[in-house]
Amino acid sequence: MAPMFSKGFLPSPRRFGYHMNAVGLCAAAVVCFWAVVAVVGPMLSPYPPGEIVDFDYYGPMSSTLWMGSDYLGRDIFSRILMGARYTVGISLAAVCLACFSGVVLGMTAAVVGGWLDTGLSRLLDALNSIPSKLFGLVMVAAIGSSIPVLIVLLGVIYTPGAFRFARALAVNINTMDYVTVARARGERTGYLITQEILPNITGPVLADLGLRFVFIVLLLSGLSFLGLGVQPPNADWGSLVRENIGGLPFGAPAVLMPCLAIASLTISVNLLIDNLPVKIRDRSE
Amino acid sequence: MMANLVEIRDLKVQARSDAGRKIEIIKGVSFDIAEGEIVALIGESGSGKTTIALTLMGHTRPGCTITGGSVRLAGRDLVAMPEAGRQMLRGTEVAYVPQSAAAAFNPSQRLMDQVIEVAQIHKLMSPEAARAKAVELFRALALPEPETIGTRYPHQVSGGQLQRLSAAMALIGGPKLVIFDEPTTALDVTTQIEVLRAFKSVMKLGGMGGVYVSHDLAVVAQIADRIVVLKGGEVQEEGPVEQILHHARHPYPRELLAAFEPVPYASAARFDTAASKRPILEVRDVVAGYGATGRDGLPAKLALRNVSCQLERGQNLGVIGESGSGKSTLARAIAGLLPPVSGKVLLDAHALAPEARLRDKEELRRLQIVFQLADTALNPQRSVGDIIGRPLTFYHGQKGAVRETQIDALLDMVRLPRAMKHRLPGELSGGQKQRVNLARALAAKPEVILCDEITSALDTVVAAAVIELLKELQRELHLSYVFISHDLSTVQAICDDVMVMYNGAVVERLPAAQLHGGAQHPYSQLLFSSVPKLDTGWLDSVPPRVAAL
Repeated sequence: MAPMFSKGFLPSPRRFGYHMNAVGLCAAAVVCFWAVVAVVGPMLSPYPPGEIVDFDYYGPMSSTLWMGSDYLGRDIFSRILMGARYTVGISLAAVCLACFSGVVLGMTAAVVGGWLDTGLSRLLDALNSIPSKLFGLVMVAAIGSSIPVLIVLLGVIYTPGAFRFARALAVNINTMDYVTVARARGERTGYLITQEILPNITGPVLADLGLRFVFIVLLLSGLSFLGLGVQPPNADWGSLVRENIGGLPFGAPAVLMPCLAIASLTISVNLLIDNLPVKIRDRSE
Repeated sequence: MMANLVEIRDLKVQARSDAGRKIEIIKGVSFDIAEGEIVALIGESGSGKTTIALTLMGHTRPGCTITGGSVRLAGRDLVAMPEAGRQMLRGTEVAYVPQSAAAAFNPSQRLMDQVIEVAQIHKLMSPEAARAKAVELFRALALPEPETIGTRYPHQVSGGQLQRLSAAMALIGGPKLVIFDEPTTALDVTTQIEVLRAFKSVMKLGGMGGVYVSHDLAVVAQIADRIVVLKGGEVQEEGPVEQILHHARHPYPRELLAAFEPVPYASAARFDTAASKRPILEVRDVVAGYGATGRDGLPAKLALRNVSCQLERGQNLGVIGESGSGKSTLARAIAGLLPPVSGKVLLDAHALAPEARLRDKEELRRLQIVFQLADTALNPQRSVGDIIGRPLTFYHGQKGAVRETQIDALLDMVRLPRAMKHRLPGELSGGQKQRVNLARALAAKPEVILCDEITSALDTVVAAAVIELLKELQRELHLSYVFISHDLSTVQAICDDVMVMYNGAVVERLPAAQLHGGAQHPYSQLLFSSVPKLDTGWLDSVPPRVAAL
């Protein structure tokens, strides 16, 4: 039988029982590319990231320096490859921390209800009311900047949002008859959360995770731009933008390239979560 | 010779599944509707009756396309017409009354603004004229306070009133054809009779043609002139109402008719006089309600007022009443989901804790509850095997191969193929879901099952099959059922005793055999006389508001 594909649908993941549209596939490819770069990037870099290799500063693109040089004459290409590890790694760890704690607390609050729900909600609302950048500034200034501190800090800042989101979803599921049936059966809270509620909110929670990842990348870049993120000589993409901001009037690739890297990662993650693979329900063929 | 209002010729509709497979869902259907005639489309779920009704507006649901044939409305072919042309016709020539009026109204706008919206979109008349016409329609549809009901919001009127308002919304543009898509299915019998009466009079008054989609032959008999019986996207039989009702040739309409006739039922225990008369379930003076507890120690909204009843082992108790009478609340109070304020629930002469979480596992196991809507009662993300298997693990500690064999046995018991255990609930039909729902309750090996309106969402033939299944299971497993329903014929088909509830109180108890004629309380009489009969003259023979309560 001749396969029938409508516009924008590619057949590739079909044999796994899922289909995904072209935009989603492109976005997934970009995200995978940056993930691979984060792991193997520093091994591929042509120069050590901290070494001054060019006599000129804000040098143009050339065959030896693919993305030009920065304000000290260091190779930008090598520095972006290294920065991917910090930007992707720290953000990923922080977003997982934020979503895990937010979702677990949110579902517990929704299922248990009563005082626990009120207490948790008010506590996290209070945390949410502190402006995130200001909170980040104060905490880094007080404790000092290191990678574990940054991960925990970003995780804590984004937990209330994840909590609110998961709780709102779980409250809706909690009123469904199948949860009532499970309660009437005498199931414990742990079972209700993991088996009845979680499978029904994973889709939106994943979408939320993607969105939150983007926010965290941007906040981390913001903190680094202010000099409170990853410390020199290492640099994430945000720090690279700040270091080289002086090159902006010259249109130096040193400032444009890290910006492009941030944009491509965040936009791709956003597009990916908007176009997650959809399970094909009709499996009768 | 006058042309027919609607002429459908060899209509074909195709659906495309998400795997790219094409399925023909309407396979060459032809029929006519004359001016001022009401034609009923009858068939089980999935027979294509709503799909055909929607093509009369030139519309198909997403994923479907009209692939052949023609639909001529007043001489114009809707299939060949561009979308803009169809939009001109919708609301002015053809109008639609949906199944769920509650979902069709915007909860944050006043009713009047929504009713006259069609007239505004098509610029048919000034807002003042439209309002005046709407008030006229409200009066014709026998709505209370026709002058002011339009200023209310959708949540301030009852379900039956909302359904009549959605008819007013359809009629405001003065259409030649009105499509009714199961408009009374979601209503209880006492409301249904009023809505049907209103529809019938307004259609007769306006001389409009109509299409009435339903799976209930008795309802259709009251309102339609002709019946088209559909199955699997094909016309099975077509003819005047009387002919279909009394001389149906095809097996499918006969099956529908047979499903309608209630078979009086006596459970096995009735003849077993030696069985001990100790009730398996007893409810004593239960008071329960919703909302905050007031100063008198009672909840703000009282749903059960001193309800008592008992169920003997191996027998069935029917609980009937209209929506809001407290029958579902009774089931929730018995199951421990809504702890009663006072009163007791006894299982086998042993008092149960008011809350489910305080009851022990064994007590919970013996009393199971099955909910009305299998759609929401089954977790959409878990396979059928997991759903049925959970009570086996939870109550009986079964795992691995033992559990698998038990799941297979349970699927056999509810007459489902074993391969279904790998499917998700979304991939089953309504009747199959309800069987899974039942199998989950059976997996606990209970003694009492609380059935909360379990057949209400199913069509007649499927509901009859589920009732048959319940009876068989009762014989094999010595179960007792509390059967909650607003449908008298199903209650009659399975129960020994019937309890009539009204406004949170029991108004009457009587044996099922005496349902007709034996009722003393005026409300019970109203309820019994409101059940549609397979007789075209029934609606006109029932005096309006049999007993003013």
